[in-house]
Amino acid sequence: MDLVTLAPRATPDERTAVDVVLGAPAGRWDGGERADPEGGHTSSGGHAARERRHLLLPVLHAIQARVGWISRPALEYACRRLSIPPADAYGVARFYGLFSTTPRPPIVAHVCDDVVCRLAGAEDVCADLERAVGPAGEPALGGEATWLRSPCLGRCERAPAALFTVAGTLPETIAAAPVDAAGIVRRLERTAAGRRLVPARIDPDPDEERLANVRRSVPQAGRPGLRILHRVGIINPLSLDDYVAAGGYRGLRRAIEVGREAVIAEVTASGLLGRGGAAFPTGRKWAAVAAQPGQPHYTVCNADESEPGTFKDRVLMEEDPYAIVEAMTIEGLATGSSRGFLYIRAEYPLSAARMAHALAIAREAGYLGTDILGSGQMFEIEIRRGAGAYVCGEETALFNSIEGKRGEPRNKPPFPVESGLFGRPTAVNNIETLVNIPGIVADGGAAFAALGTEGSRGPKLFCISGAVPHPGVYEVEFGASLGDLITLAGGVSGGHELRAVLLGGASGVFVGPEALDLQLTFEATRAAGATIGSGVVMVFDDRVDIVATLRRVAAFFRDESCGQCVPCRVGTVRQEELLARLANGRPNGSADDELALLADLGQAMRDASICGLGQTASSAIESAFRAGLVAFPRQAEARA
Amino acid sequence: MSSEIAHIFSEPPARSTRIPGPPPVPAPAEVELTIDGSLVSVPAGSTILDACRARSIEIPTLCFLENLTPVNACRVCVVEVAGARTLVPACSRRVESGMDVQTASERVRHSRRLVLELLASSVDLSTAPGVAEMLDAYGADPARFGPAAPPAPAGERDAHQPGHHHASDGASAATVAQPVTVDNDLYIRDYAKCILCYKCVEACGVDAQNTFAIAVAGRGFDAHISTEYATPLPASACVYCGNCIGVCPTGALMFRSEHEMRAAGTWDEAAQARTDTICPYCGVGCTLTLHVQEGTIVKVTSPLDASITEGHLCVKGRFGFTFMGRGGTTAGDGA
Ligand SMILES: Cc1cc2nc3c(=O)[nH]c(=O)nc-3n(C[C@H](O)[C@H](O)[C@H](O)COP(=O)(O)O)c2cc1C
Ligand code: SF4
Ligand code: SF4
Ligand code: SF4
Ligand code: FES
Ligand code: FES
Repeated sequence: MDLVTLAPRATPDERTAVDVVLGAPAGRWDGGERADPEGGHTSSGGHAARERRHLLLPVLHAIQARVGWISRPALEYACRRLSIPPADAYGVARFYGLFSTTPRPPIVAHVCDDVVCRLAGAEDVCADLERAVGPAGEPALGGEATWLRSPCLGRCERAPAALFTVAGTLPETIAAAPVDAAGIVRRLERTAAGRRLVPARIDPDPDEERLANVRRSVPQAGRPGLRILHRVGIINPLSLDDYVAAGGYRGLRRAIEVGREAVIAEVTASGLLGRGGAAFPTGRKWAAVAAQPGQPHYTVCNADESEPGTFKDRVLMEEDPYAIVEAMTIEGLATGSSRGFLYIRAEYPLSAARMAHALAIAREAGYLGTDILGSGQMFEIEIRRGAGAYVCGEETALFNSIEGKRGEPRNKPPFPVESGLFGRPTAVNNIETLVNIPGIVADGGAAFAALGTEGSRGPKLFCISGAVPHPGVYEVEFGASLGDLITLAGGVSGGHELRAVLLGGASGVFVGPEALDLQLTFEATRAAGATIGSGVVMVFDDRVDIVATLRRVAAFFRDESCGQCVPCRVGTVRQEELLARLANGRPNGSADDELALLADLGQAMRDASICGLGQTASSAIESAFRAGLVAFPRQAEARA
Repeated sequence: MSSEIAHIFSEPPARSTRIPGPPPVPAPAEVELTIDGSLVSVPAGSTILDACRARSIEIPTLCFLENLTPVNACRVCVVEVAGARTLVPACSRRVESGMDVQTASERVRHSRRLVLELLASSVDLSTAPGVAEMLDAYGADPARFGPAAPPAPAGERDAHQPGHHHASDGASAATVAQPVTVDNDLYIRDYAKCILCYKCVEACGVDAQNTFAIAVAGRGFDAHISTEYATPLPASACVYCGNCIGVCPTGALMFRSEHEMRAAGTWDEAAQARTDTICPYCGVGCTLTLHVQEGTIVKVTSPLDASITEGHLCVKGRFGFTFMGRGGTTAGDGA
């Protein structure tokens, strides 16, 4: 392969951004000078350069963060360094929502207009912003800043939310919630005037304020009896000593003591099912990876958390980071892998910072590295950041993303336990799944299995948002009903009637008030044709505009489809068009025609799409019709 | 000259008349499965598509081609496997012992019909061989999504930012319609006809050419085939092998000669003779199929099953044919 790069040279800034990630070029092959001037015209190092393909996303992040967009010369320099064809790298850069391949002002406010933030007035925020600084995407404030709409930022409990990205030599990414238009404009103006947004810091709140602040996201924080959240708000998330004093690392010590098989046996006995949405038995997954011949195996932690309405994994990473490090280490030892990747969505800067800090401290203290706690066993964890793509939460898309490719899901089989990251056996788990692990290993699977119901063991986190006075992450033992959860969050907001609940997020199912008694277990929701999904409980009262909500859900899937397969790529577009006709009362043909169209689309997307995104893209919308929350007006037939 | 020497000159030592071949490969084990109710036995490692074709069971395909790695993206080949939650793509799914496959169930026909309706409502399939028949066979009605939206101006679709779009009012059905890209003398790219089957990307990449001039860029409905920064082909890595044209199932990639003749209304496939010959340029000996209309070569392909080419050629064999005609500077003279 010949790399054809014809554009002008990258600017010093752009080259520096790339070189900070990759180190200085070694020779001609990777964009530098000929390494050995006496060596004639031969050149070596192509294989070595291509081996580093997985650094493409970190490199693109570095350019985007330093320059504010990815120019052709910058991309081509990155391509020379990594020996990637420019068309290929361009395809990757154009996949991710947070990268721009056209000039973009350095300061950007990404304003969430997704379902929960809409309830909290996001559309008003956007309208005010448009008046104050101009239309979304247009340069404002002397070309220094702009704003863009964004899907759910994972801060729904404090909606409406925004994310600020500031490019430059000291780039910043800062999430803020709740926000209003005036506040956003003020931040943009201050930053444009050369001031830093807020000191970039990962420090936690002072001890005396911590609990009160954490309670804004986790209202139960500090209550006795919690199993997943028991350290949240109590310990200083930077302090390894705090973590150990609160029972941390008992699990890893025991894992080393009892060995791989015993760990997998405990996890299997616990009956733990994956909390990332697919509810697959964790023990079975680990056993399958451990049994794979050959090395290496990989451990991947899925912290992409982009399902609208989900924010539990963020809270765990921010407030209890060592638990995730410990759990991944146990998983690594149990599945025979010595390398782990933690894939965090780019919209979670504080999570990434706290996790990076915890990794460094744990490494220093011998909890990670080549000789973990003197056991002679080895495990390392690397953080990788997403770049604005919901579909990268799908496990095989996530592997492709880590490998430096477009985040397109792979066809299964083969399953990740056989062929996952870099084509190797891979155990991939959700953050919440993992946080259960140290306790299971330390105290035995039986204690965990004693909690919950027959088909849903243990405790579970739910993300309650929308029309409740105290939205946030709540922990309950499996078996609690939908009504119990809404009561925990303070009931439906003052004086309003419950209209509907969206269970499981955008890919979930709407249920009406009659479902308050529904037990939120895997088995009961399945039997009721609903789902727990990622634990989303989005509450809507009688003020909600259901059609507008459905249109936002449809727009989300249209935006987030990777585009590989026809049912999802075109089906999500047709579904959105149909809802637009529902909204403006101009159906194509009769109401029945439209309903048939929706059902046909839904069935084909469910049956023939490659991945879960397409398979569930019609779920919430069809369920809203089923639950009678919306209907095509019959009288509209006359007008058609 | 002694007799021995005369012998050496006149009779070369006896040689093996046959170049030794590789040792025989053991025949793969057979796998038994049920297809549409009848028990069949096929070699292990076959795909469901292989198994069906061996029994003359018709499965439509669009993104599959024998000489490329299956990407299983179009989903028109889906079949129903008992016990599977979703349908599975026949083109890439390997047979397993005891599999129970339905190739024409209601569920299968439904998804195929929808895939065809979705494609035909968004893409110009007028030059895609065999697709009109598929639409008929499945009773597809692409018009049910409403009238087609007007075409986008050149470059507009490519510029869409991933994760952002303008919500439609639903009055018309979005399409990929856009002007044809004509940026070189040899072939044109009409992405209004692109079903995004990934075949051209594969042919340009590791499956044949290893040039990597094109890739999929953008996301979702805005995903499209592109060079880096939509650079015109002459400034890209493209070497004009035309292998992407050879694999394109819809005519989105087309010889410029064919494109211009179609525009002029002079393209007449029925009047074309196809002649197989060997490429005159080098010692590789690729099989060429010359498509000749009224004494003029109008396009060159290579048979998919030609052992040397597997359908792929280089720029000389593909486009270097004008010396055969009347000369002059018509398309085919070089970039
Ligand atoms: C479109 C899509 C998005 C997903 N997003 C996430 C996610 O953000 N976090 C997650 O843990 N799992 C997500 N999943 C599920 C993963 O594919 C996978 O099942 C999970 O990470 C496995 O971990 P678990 O067994 O611990 O649940 C997603 C799946 C799909 C289809
Ligand atoms: S279902 Fe959608 S997101 Fe999943 S592979 Fe197909 S196009 Fe991509
Ligand atoms: S003509 Fe050859 S090199 Fe050019 S894009 Fe097509 S396959 Fe690639
Ligand atoms: S241009 Fe042709 S070969 Fe390439 S993706 Fe489109 S339809 Fe397929
Ligand atoms: S942060 Fe806006 S909807 Fe979740
Ligand atoms: S032919 Fe099998 S998915 Fe396209």
